[in-house]
Amino acid sequence: MAEEKIHLTKRDRLAVAWRSTFLQGSWNYERMQNGGWCYALIPAIKKLYKTKEARSAALKRHMEFFNTHPYLASPVLGVTLALEEERANGAPIDDTAVQGVKVGMMGPLAGVGDPVFWFTVRPILGALGASLAMSGNVLGPIIFFIAWNLIRWGFMWYTQEFGYRAGSKITDDLSGGLLQYVTSLASIMGMFVLGSLIERWVTIKFTPTVSSVKLSKGAYIEWDKLPSGAAGIKEALLQQKDGLSLTANKVTTLQDNLNSLIPGLAALLLTFLCMWLLKKKVSPIVIILGIFVVGVLGHVIGIL
Amino acid sequence: MSIISMILVVIVAFFAGMEGILDEFQFHQPLVACTLIGLVTGNLIPCVILGGQLQFIALGWANIGAAVAPDAALASVASAIILVQGGQGVKGVGTAIAVAIPLAVAGLFLTMIARTLAVPIVHIMDKAAEEGSFRKIEIWQVIAICMQGLRITIPAAALLFIPSGVVRGVLESMPAWLTEGMTIGGGMVVAVGYAMVINMMASREVWPFFAIGFVIAAVTDLTLIALGALGISFGLIYLELKKGGSNNGGNGGNSNTGDPLDDVLNDY
Repeated sequence: MAEEKIHLTKRDRLAVAWRSTFLQGSWNYERMQNGGWCYALIPAIKKLYKTKEARSAALKRHMEFFNTHPYLASPVLGVTLALEEERANGAPIDDTAVQGVKVGMMGPLAGVGDPVFWFTVRPILGALGASLAMSGNVLGPIIFFIAWNLIRWGFMWYTQEFGYRAGSKITDDLSGGLLQYVTSLASIMGMFVLGSLIERWVTIKFTPTVSSVKLSKGAYIEWDKLPSGAAGIKEALLQQKDGLSLTANKVTTLQDNLNSLIPGLAALLLTFLCMWLLKKKVSPIVIILGIFVVGVLGHVIGIL
Repeated sequence: MSIISMILVVIVAFFAGMEGILDEFQFHQPLVACTLIGLVTGNLIPCVILGGQLQFIALGWANIGAAVAPDAALASVASAIILVQGGQGVKGVGTAIAVAIPLAVAGLFLTMIARTLAVPIVHIMDKAAEEGSFRKIEIWQVIAICMQGLRITIPAAALLFIPSGVVRGVLESMPAWLTEGMTIGGGMVVAVGYAMVINMMASREVWPFFAIGFVIAAVTDLTLIALGALGISFGLIYLELKKGGSNNGGNGGNSNTGDPLDDVLNDY
């Protein structure tokens, strides 16, 4: 060929990666992410095709149905860039080949992106930030925001480049163990963290008193027999340190009983109940409203 | 609220609305959106606390495929505005959370409307593609994103125009049993988000890790970062052992290589 080959520079690829941030902007019920996909590819199409006919054909072929996890679109974009580049340089790649690669990749990739990003990374970072924020610490939101965007942008740029270099060969890489490894690791870690989050952050306190036992003399602090003033406070603190009870009665609430089985048991049971209801196709919104009703009613009749 | 604050609130609401669909920078997550509203209105700390609590509720909310989750963007923006207007500070957080939940539902319907309105927009883009016009596609993509931004901006701006005295009056007229009960409900409602996530991820293989996480979390000295480190270590160890296990299987019947437990059992 006498003509020089057209290459997509790093600048072009960065432009595509930046635009893929807006992939879901025109998300619609007809062809889902198609508008954003086409929008993201415009810098590449501009560079690769010069005639109006070729440009229009390229735009139309990228207005087809597309939907995957928004970050996992990056490796697909990378592969598509490689294919379009070859095609612009005369390789016999037809529309169905391009569409085939896109459709072939989007399903499995969405299956990786949802558990990894939405169900592992976001709950972990979110819980970390939220637990700081609940005590009024501004670092919570800041850490969440910065860490998330570093991970996201790093992932999007790296995988787009990976897809671009691998080109159509990527399907072999994907069927290899790596994707499966990442997905299983994410789901293990996700489940582990979920378990601990439920223990820590689902709060249910049952207030009813189960028993109130009068303690024997000597097992509690006899407040009326303490010396007055600072000496009395000192004596009381010393006695408490020795394990004496502060009151004459030992009060056991229902919550104490449950906690002695395992802390957080009620929270765990509530979570299982929610899972069961969700599996029965009860809408999450209905469950959320129901829990608020239970909370208010339970408080009014005095069990919560 | 000063005019400048109001303008900034509207801008924050616009970003949250955009992100509600884009899901990239996470401006729509309660942690970020409530904090920003707090920042621009001078109510930082109560709003950070509200954001933290709402974040726990919204942890499991994610748009999967074409399904739409409850809308974190409207819930966080509107409840933060109500918290600020109510003027109760940290005390008002419980009520603001209770208000946020119906807002999340309202936001969900608004999202569905916006996603339907996007259909004619991509039809216009189709025509632009026919003409080979890059500019038109770009403009309509931006219009679609702005439409998603307005989805949150309009309700937020409407809230700003309700006099704060009215908001305060309504909030203060709520009886104590209702607000306290709502706060209790807020502590429990977190479980729904977790249940959604577990239903997506759980398999027989990973349940033991859930149990380990649950039990270890009771050791209150461990921070979340420590728990995260434990979680990833367990995962790596398990996958490594699993890989080793299948290799051994391939070695054909030589079952007691590299498996100390098996050796012990054989010696027994």
